[in-house]
Amino acid sequence: MVDIQNLHKKFGKNQVLSGVDLSIREGGIFAILGPNGSGKTTLIKAVLGMVIPNKGEIMVLGENIKKNSEYRHKIDYLPQIANFPSNLRVRELIKMIKDLRKPTDEDQRLIELFRLEPFLDKKLGNLSGGTKQKVNLVLTFMFNSPLIILDEPTTGLDPISLIRLKDLIKAEKAKGKTILITSHIMSFVEEISDEIVFILEGKIYFKGPISELKTKTNQPDFEHAIASILTDNHA
Amino acid sequence: MLKILKYSFFDLMRSRWSYVYFAFYLLLGVVLLFLNNDLSKAVITLMNVIIVLVPLIGTIFGVMYYYNSQEFTELLLAQPIKRSSIFLGQYLGVALSLSMSLILGLGIPFVFYGLFESSAIWDFSLLLITGTFLTLIFTALAFNIALSNENKIKGFGYAILLWLFLAVIYDGLFLMTLVLFEDYPLDKLSLIGTMLNPIDLSRTLILLKLDISALLGYTGAVFKQFFGTSFGLVVSFFMLTVWVALPVLRIVFKSKRKDF
Repeated sequence: MVDIQNLHKKFGKNQVLSGVDLSIREGGIFAILGPNGSGKTTLIKAVLGMVIPNKGEIMVLGENIKKNSEYRHKIDYLPQIANFPSNLRVRELIKMIKDLRKPTDEDQRLIELFRLEPFLDKKLGNLSGGTKQKVNLVLTFMFNSPLIILDEPTTGLDPISLIRLKDLIKAEKAKGKTILITSHIMSFVEEISDEIVFILEGKIYFKGPISELKTKTNQPDFEHAIASILTDNHA
Repeated sequence: MLKILKYSFFDLMRSRWSYVYFAFYLLLGVVLLFLNNDLSKAVITLMNVIIVLVPLIGTIFGVMYYYNSQEFTELLLAQPIKRSSIFLGQYLGVALSLSMSLILGLGIPFVFYGLFESSAIWDFSLLLITGTFLTLIFTALAFNIALSNENKIKGFGYAILLWLFLAVIYDGLFLMTLVLFEDYPLDKLSLIGTMLNPIDLSRTLILLKLDISALLGYTGAVFKQFFGTSFGLVVSFFMLTVWVALPVLRIVFKSKRKDF
């Protein structure tokens, strides 16, 4: 599904990714974890072609992504901060993204799922953070692409919406899709992901199921397992 | 690209600032016509205003629009759209909506005043064309500055400096060079000097067309002598096109290599 080889990225003097090798198979939910500034978002953005690597190769569904924009038809991406043009109405934004990508009817179902009907004619500038995030989720999930990338999907969501989001992610997984998630909420990650990819100092430190991480670190629960990696490496 | 252009354009058409800009030109046109009672004199006054103001608004709007739409640009970048289409679309959206405010704002009062029966129609059209060129040039320069500067304050600073340099300081330096080296033949130097500044170039272009020798100044006179009126017009139009093309090419080049 996604194959990354020897990926290097530097921002100025700051080496963010130094030789990432990662291969993600088709189907399942993969959580990308790591401390702040470890390069999670950079890695995701490199897959999306938003960050241009200094070195290395990325293949998405067998296509090299360099100088290519067509492969993004197969990716749905949820950005970390949802900020839309404040002059637009929700309805117009959804219509516009459909116009830019392809026609779909999925949006109706998602709008109902997240109870967005009352906001459809409001301007995006007047929406609360959580509502914006819901609009963001609708935009992401409406295209039914085989690869879904979610950067901090839980930001600003209330408990009910969070449950709906989890159900939605599980339903997408049942369709055989590949889902990449970054999150700092460990309970969410533990509940939902099949495998985790732990990034530390620009390299893949661990890749595998959560149970394996627990045995490797000798910790009974997931949160402590993550914490022990961090303390061992920073002590 | 056309889709992005369409959305940027309509987004701007709904913003308050487009109307303020439009209303300003409308007012300017009406006031000038009432005070002057003479179309060709009004055209000259307008030229002086346009040549300074259009670049200023173009740079400020360009930089502002780029920084304001940054998050939205990121959303677009994740869609299957080429980078060059995104940025050229946004650039043209800004430049065209500004040009439209200019053309409609000035055009409407002049049309009502009886532009179509007047002999000044060509001078006036040339004024609007030059204004559009200046908008295209300075919005493109603004996009270049914004693309190269992550820091908004720095971006705004450089944009204002660029405008100040080309609209005011450049002329001062230019004049000083002419005075300092008055013993030498300066024809070629002043020709090149004019072409390197789109504001000077536009001024010369309009004055050549208006054929007012008193206002032409030294460079204008050299320009006229060197190229003649009609060839001079062609050369200056060509140079303005180059001035649009170079920054636009850099937008394409720069945006392909940038990280978001």
